[in-house]
Amino acid sequence: MTTISDPPAESFKLSMLIYDTRYRSMTIQVVALIGFMLLVGFLVNNTAQNLATSGKTVSFGFLANPAGYDINQTLIDYNNQHSHFRASFVGLLNTLLVAVLGCITATVIGVIIGVLRLSPNWLIAKLTAVYVEMFRNVPVLLWIVFSMAILIETLPAPRDFRGEDPAATMNLFDSVAVTNRGVYVPEALFSRSLGDVHLFGNSPIRFDISLDLVLILAVLIASIFGIRAVRTRADAQQEKTGVRPKTWYLTLGILVVPLLVVLVALGFHLGYPELKGFNFSGGTYLRNSLIALWLALSLYTAAFIAENVRAGILAISKGQTEAAAALGLRSNRIMSLVILPQAMRVIIPPLISQYLNLTKNSSLAIAVGYMDLTGTLMGITLNQTGKELETLLLGMLVYLIISLSISTLMNWYNNRVKLVER
Amino acid sequence: MSDTHAETVAFVRDTMLPQQEPPASTVGFLGWSKTNLFTGPFNTIVTVLCSVFIVWLLWMLIPWLLSPTWNATSLGECREFLVAAGRVGEHGASGACWGVIRERWIQLLFGFYPADLYWRPILAFVLLFVALAPVLFSDKVPGRLLMFTMIYPFLFPWLLWGGTIWSPICAALGFVILFAGVKYLSGVIGQLASIIVSVLAAAAWWLFVSGAVQDALASILPLAIQSVPSRDFGGMMLSITIGVVAIACSLPLGIVLALGRRSDLLIVKSLCVGFIEFIRGVPLITLLFVASTLLNIFMPPGTSFDIILRVIIMATLFASAYMAEVIRGGLAALPKGQYEGADSLGLDYWQSQRLIIMPQALKISIPGIVSTFIGLFKDTTLVSVIGLLDPLGLTNSIRADQAWNGIVWELYGFIAVLFFIFCFGMSRYSMYLENRLKTDHR
Repeated sequence: MTTISDPPAESFKLSMLIYDTRYRSMTIQVVALIGFMLLVGFLVNNTAQNLATSGKTVSFGFLANPAGYDINQTLIDYNNQHSHFRASFVGLLNTLLVAVLGCITATVIGVIIGVLRLSPNWLIAKLTAVYVEMFRNVPVLLWIVFSMAILIETLPAPRDFRGEDPAATMNLFDSVAVTNRGVYVPEALFSRSLGDVHLFGNSPIRFDISLDLVLILAVLIASIFGIRAVRTRADAQQEKTGVRPKTWYLTLGILVVPLLVVLVALGFHLGYPELKGFNFSGGTYLRNSLIALWLALSLYTAAFIAENVRAGILAISKGQTEAAAALGLRSNRIMSLVILPQAMRVIIPPLISQYLNLTKNSSLAIAVGYMDLTGTLMGITLNQTGKELETLLLGMLVYLIISLSISTLMNWYNNRVKLVER
Repeated sequence: MSDTHAETVAFVRDTMLPQQEPPASTVGFLGWSKTNLFTGPFNTIVTVLCSVFIVWLLWMLIPWLLSPTWNATSLGECREFLVAAGRVGEHGASGACWGVIRERWIQLLFGFYPADLYWRPILAFVLLFVALAPVLFSDKVPGRLLMFTMIYPFLFPWLLWGGTIWSPICAALGFVILFAGVKYLSGVIGQLASIIVSVLAAAAWWLFVSGAVQDALASILPLAIQSVPSRDFGGMMLSITIGVVAIACSLPLGIVLALGRRSDLLIVKSLCVGFIEFIRGVPLITLLFVASTLLNIFMPPGTSFDIILRVIIMATLFASAYMAEVIRGGLAALPKGQYEGADSLGLDYWQSQRLIIMPQALKISIPGIVSTFIGLFKDTTLVSVIGLLDPLGLTNSIRADQAWNGIVWELYGFIAVLFFIFCFGMSRYSMYLENRLKTDHR
């Protein structure tokens, strides 16, 4: 029998930093940290030296100076005497405008194409497959400049609308004018308007919100809550008696009547675009650049969304459809009650990352001259002030904030709908 | 019970009926079209509408494509040719103007590369396929070709940019030092120390020695081909150059980033997460702006980078962040048992990654990797925004040309077809590879 004594106390040797797994990870991390800090120091040092040589200083004071350039499509009031900050804010709003518009149309087109690609009809399945491959395999920048070129070269110029026998006429009962400078659509006017509310005082991010719009939105939201109440009552009655009361006329009434009342009370009418001189005036003017960008981004992203939708629907096993059919559900109820709720869990995360891609791709606006954040802050402001470092860092920061907030939203959603497993 | 039943039956067939042909309406084209095109009235209407659309499209497209304008030298001349051929519709002459493609296709492919040197990019891209063959089709091509694949990265820039042959050789010598050091020193001073020593030696070679050696060798034996400056690069050649280099560099970088992001080492992990999230959060165009305006500010005073190199660096960094996320997905999809199995075999971290984890994780993430490649290749068009003359950059000057002012469909259509061929080819290859590597029984 042997007695077990304590192992001899280890003395720390320098080689243990590398060969002992207890210390090795610390060594690697310290080396990585030192390397990273050296790299950052190197870059900062170089930057400071280079800036000193060229006589520049890092300051964001230029943002308060007058921008001195015009922006042709703005959502808020702006002129060239406003500051660079204001110009960048206009650009940011333009970015968000085209991103939101693009996301909506891309989703609609993408879902339709994705569902049609699974159609039992061979012809339509192949047609949509051609659409998807065509848009996915060609660069988005090409689609953007292509649509811009098509709009400019093939649509009639405003002067073609003039004269006794014009070469071009307005569409939709003389309300929409499609020209090679852009599209003029009727605008909503209110003869008894409530006016605007002015936000953020005199700061560069001030903007006006139309009270009419707020009121209409409020009424719409109230109507939706009303419809929900009606539906809850109908559900309760169905639970109790087994017969679902007819509610569609009530739903329609709640939706339409308050809205009509508000519109009449505000004196709603449409302002039509009119040909004055060599160009149209009145109406809402959507510039070519916006339309080309919107069109190309939606069609391009729609091809990707269609694939996501298709993958999501295919991910639901066939047994689910068959089980639902065995329960006696009709095919549209199977889709809406069984397949789609499950497919959504698969579809939504890639869908949101497509929205993110669309937002980032909207920075290609600079190729067609749409003044988004890239065109204002990282384009003209950069060129006029010569502040490459500040403008680019600021612009990247804004894009980063947009992206990170969207992906936070996505993570929140993912956690909410995650399948709870054992 | 059963016998009463038997008595009620007057006749029982005791032979099988001969098998009959299936009804004509369920087999062949008729049967196929009945199940795929004309099931029910709704589907029939859809089929008819689609056919009408397709016929209308071809009706418009084919005459437009078959347009006798190949020899025209301007858009006006195209119209004359069309009028002469009697092709006058209600909107004036209708038909494509192919003259622009005949006149400019070589420019769209090679940019302003010297015309007598076209053989160099062509050779470089032919050799690219030779070098890629043992990687892409490892089951059909002898493995010995891999030697050429190792040489190719040094051959490629030399063929494109030209200059003295000693610079690629000196660059390659650095790698020789690195590998020789690791191989022969590891027996003497241990593996880790040998790696550190070899890396330091190679770095010292590249930074301090190779320049002098290169000059000395060039003065002794001036073996050089005509050098071509980067500003002459353009067209599809530029896109492919940027795409190929960035693709080749982003995969290893992406693997390292993915491993870093999944590692237990907090500092390494947070550095990787920070890098990946930053790159994925900003549009590529802003990174290209950084490449064109800021990169020189970040470098030591006096250094000046080639613009194509700067763009390649940025495109590589951009793609590697996306690649890292794709590979991380593959790593996460592997069952935990694979990691534990590797540990129980006594493999260390790098051995288990190399032998067990990565082959499986990469196989799972092939579709994602290839779509990142395709995305990167498509994104090379963005360099036109910072003034490089890729095909899209060239269209601006072609469309501004007096002779071709107003041309749209032919030009963009041609470029779109070029990109489509490459991207579609890549996606088909990924399907082939997935099929070949499929080892599970499903």
